[in-house]
Amino acid sequence: MDLDRLTRKSDSEWWIPPTGTMRVPGVILATEQLVQEMDDKVFEQVSNVATLPGIVKASFAMPDAHWGYGFPIGGVAAFDPDQGGVISAGGVGFDVSCGVRTLTTGLRLEDISLRKQELAHALSRSIPAGVGSTGRLHLDEDDMTAMLCGGAQWAVHKGYGHLPDLEHIEEHGRMAGAQPEHVSQQARKRMRDEVGTLGSGNHYLEVQQVAQIFDKEAASAFEIHENDVVVSIHCGSRGLGHQIGTEFLREMAEAAASYHIDLPDRELACAPIRSPLGERYLGAMRAAINCALANRQVLTHLTRQAFEEIFPDAELKLLYDVSHNTCKLESHRVDGREVKLFVHRKGATRAFGPRTAELPDAYSAAGQPVLIGGTMGTASYILSGTSASEQKAFSSASHGAGRSMSRHAATKRWNGRQLVDELSRQGITVKSPSLRGVAEEAPGAYKDVHAVVDATEQAQLARRVAKLLPLIVIKG
Amino acid sequence: MNLAASLARRWEHFEHAADMGVRGIGATREAAFEEAALALCAVITDPALVRPDILFEVDCHATDDELLLVDWLNALISEMSAHRMIFSKFAVTISDGRLHGRAWGEIAVPARHHPAVEVKGATLTELKVFQNPDGLWTAQCVVDV
Repeated sequence: MDLDRLTRKSDSEWWIPPTGTMRVPGVILATEQLVQEMDDKVFEQVSNVATLPGIVKASFAMPDAHWGYGFPIGGVAAFDPDQGGVISAGGVGFDVSCGVRTLTTGLRLEDISLRKQELAHALSRSIPAGVGSTGRLHLDEDDMTAMLCGGAQWAVHKGYGHLPDLEHIEEHGRMAGAQPEHVSQQARKRMRDEVGTLGSGNHYLEVQQVAQIFDKEAASAFEIHENDVVVSIHCGSRGLGHQIGTEFLREMAEAAASYHIDLPDRELACAPIRSPLGERYLGAMRAAINCALANRQVLTHLTRQAFEEIFPDAELKLLYDVSHNTCKLESHRVDGREVKLFVHRKGATRAFGPRTAELPDAYSAAGQPVLIGGTMGTASYILSGTSASEQKAFSSASHGAGRSMSRHAATKRWNGRQLVDELSRQGITVKSPSLRGVAEEAPGAYKDVHAVVDATEQAQLARRVAKLLPLIVIKG
Repeated sequence: MNLAASLARRWEHFEHAADMGVRGIGATREAAFEEAALALCAVITDPALVRPDILFEVDCHATDDELLLVDWLNALISEMSAHRMIFSKFAVTISDGRLHGRAWGEIAVPARHHPAVEVKGATLTELKVFQNPDGLWTAQCVVDV
């Protein structure tokens, strides 16, 4: 991206002044280097989002922003329903409530080093991953409706997890306001056998080593220490979310004109929050959030079972679960007053600062855990939300490394088998049903996650707490 | 189908930062839609590995060709997901904004198909359906994986 098109507000804040039909400025929160590396499409998409009705304050891009669909991936935008604000299916994305959860295991690096291969096999057997995989549950209509209403709470009550897990999930594991009656039969059909499946693409389950602690107090609150072994799971609402995204994106694209919304890009398809279509989407999207929360909860149960085979004394506790493709109703301070806004985070993590009411008591002083996934060969990070993030970008932060190379280019450059062998030499065991899938997800095809995390901290969106290195990677 | 039309048919992928662009080219709009569907399935696996044993039929309706392409590809994605299928052969008819499509394939067998990635949805990004000056039709969009 050409820096000359931006107004530099600080080393990590760049503005796109409002022009034309933009209602608010665009604000890119990233270092000079990351901004320069961003596609020009990010500029265009941030500017386009700024034209939508009811947008408040600014159209934001996180440090890992890249070219998305209508909204950039790494885009954050809040809308005021009292000002004609909209809700956008494109602003949430196809994989509704895709997110990451991290579990502590109580194990140390030395505990697993001799049995790593056994653990990798056990996880590979236990976790359904890849195209066409099915879960162990088959949901009938009643179960489906209960799952869509109950989220992770439904899963725990079915025996997939423990009650304390729920305290460490956004919304306590259940998104209120879900309306399963607005979830189509086709979406339900796609999900009947998919609860408890990982999916494919950039989704993963990783066993990781806590390699470095940056903030001892926050790390202590999160109960992690150097050389601890943790597990991170990245996946979303599977076929159900994809179907909801598809159906509403299509319907909103056609309906926008009837709501007198002038879309600069059809992919920005949206509807007024206070409209029949907007309300239907909100109800269906919240049901899909519950689907994602239930899915990650069942995967957690399967992970616990796999660990129990090899390490019967291991106790896997949920550190936190964050979603990074959502639209949520939240209270924020704007111009000195508290307002209720619908905050879209498309490839962005909520990052509440310390003493936020929604946080578990144990995390109140540290702030919300922010889980940033890296690649199978580099690192992931745990950060914590800051008070400053509220004013910076409605308490939001980055969500991952973000691709720097297309899948097509990655498969030309890397060979899956060679990559698995190379990572093995580095001490990383990769289990995947698809070597082409591994090549597409090559670590070199992603941006430098360390640079993204540094920029996230520099922009005061979140503070680094710990760096995690992969030991075992289960990919779809 | 005459030889020239047959030779003109092809599919290809095009670059997108995070995902994949699928493009079908053919002598008719229908052929371009069929080839775009093949490009879609080639994102998942090599279509040559998939036996065209089981037939699915889909119907779509849209006010313009571009939305019709998105609907067609999304109908295929949805059927593949719901029935664990992968398709490898297609036949499309289009009349007055209505598409009737037939898709042949088989249930995914990971050991034989080695599917790389599932497709979440066909998007409106880089969405184009047009006839080139040489008479050939192009149908394309980016798919989210």
